[in-house]
Amino acid sequence: MDATDKLIVNSLQGGFPVCAQPFAAVAADLGLEEQDLIDRIAAMTEDGVLSRFGPLYHAERMGGAQTLAAMQVPLERFEQVAEQVNAHPEVAHNYERRNDLNMWFVIASDDPSAIARVIGAIEAETGLTVYNMPKEEEFFIGLRFQV
Amino acid sequence: MNAAAAVAAQSDEARAAFALDDLDRRIIAATQSGLPLTPRPYHAVAETVGATPDDVIARFNRMLDSGAIRRIGVIPNHYRLGFRANGMSVWDVDDATASVLGGEVGALDFVSHAYLRPRHLPEWRYNLFAMVHGRDRGEVERKVRNIADLLGDACRANDILYSTRILKKTGLRLSPGANGQERT
Repeated sequence: MDATDKLIVNSLQGGFPVCAQPFAAVAADLGLEEQDLIDRIAAMTEDGVLSRFGPLYHAERMGGAQTLAAMQVPLERFEQVAEQVNAHPEVAHNYERRNDLNMWFVIASDDPSAIARVIGAIEAETGLTVYNMPKEEEFFIGLRFQV
Repeated sequence: MNAAAAVAAQSDEARAAFALDDLDRRIIAATQSGLPLTPRPYHAVAETVGATPDDVIARFNRMLDSGAIRRIGVIPNHYRLGFRANGMSVWDVDDATASVLGGEVGALDFVSHAYLRPRHLPEWRYNLFAMVHGRDRGEVERKVRNIADLLGDACRANDILYSTRILKKTGLRLSPGANGQERT
């Protein structure tokens, strides 16, 4: 990443305009050429520096639901259980964490009834308890990663 | 009510007045893994979903206003940006003050998001979660000490759960047929 890439990452974690030629508008603000901005975003996405470029949707605000769930997975079955959990398309993120509860995943869907269905299916498939921890209150300010 | 809670309450009202229709759903399906990287991305989306660019732009603005879209822009892979230490700090905080203190923790500039969640006693005693990102664990632990100072005596116990591996990371997926069509 050069200085221009860092400028793009630092200044474009939100606020991308909704208009006919948004890249041109952003490029003008940043002192770049429109095509250079597009090429750099494409290259950083290809390279994996960016997970993606576009809208960050918020499941609950779309009439859907989201929850955080955790499991205590025996180490000798960890990979198998990870596959069973990840096979559900509603499982958006899944992390291994160092704790007695060692697998933590987010279940998100635009269909609120999917949460209980997926938890029930994972418990049936794995024989393990899924600890459901839906948010009761959210304090979201929105971190900006500065590079 | 603190500022964060006021924003959340406002968004809840917006949500109540908002329901996705079929065009919204087609737009979401077309863009949940990203916007087209072309000079006129909303025109390209319009072509994909069979709508006019003006309609697509209006829908994006409505979804932004309602909070269905949190933001539009680059979604960094924080591991690749050098933020390799990703600590989920968890806190057992007195219920009476948890909401106020959660707002203060969430407002710290190094906390990406903070939530109150249910306990599962006896296996899980923590009710406040705050994601802390740092370049290394020393940085995360310094930041967690700042949170501990802020919480003071209201905090009975805390822990940091580091992620040791990403097992899956995708954007939101719409479930098939959730709009009353055939379910697979």
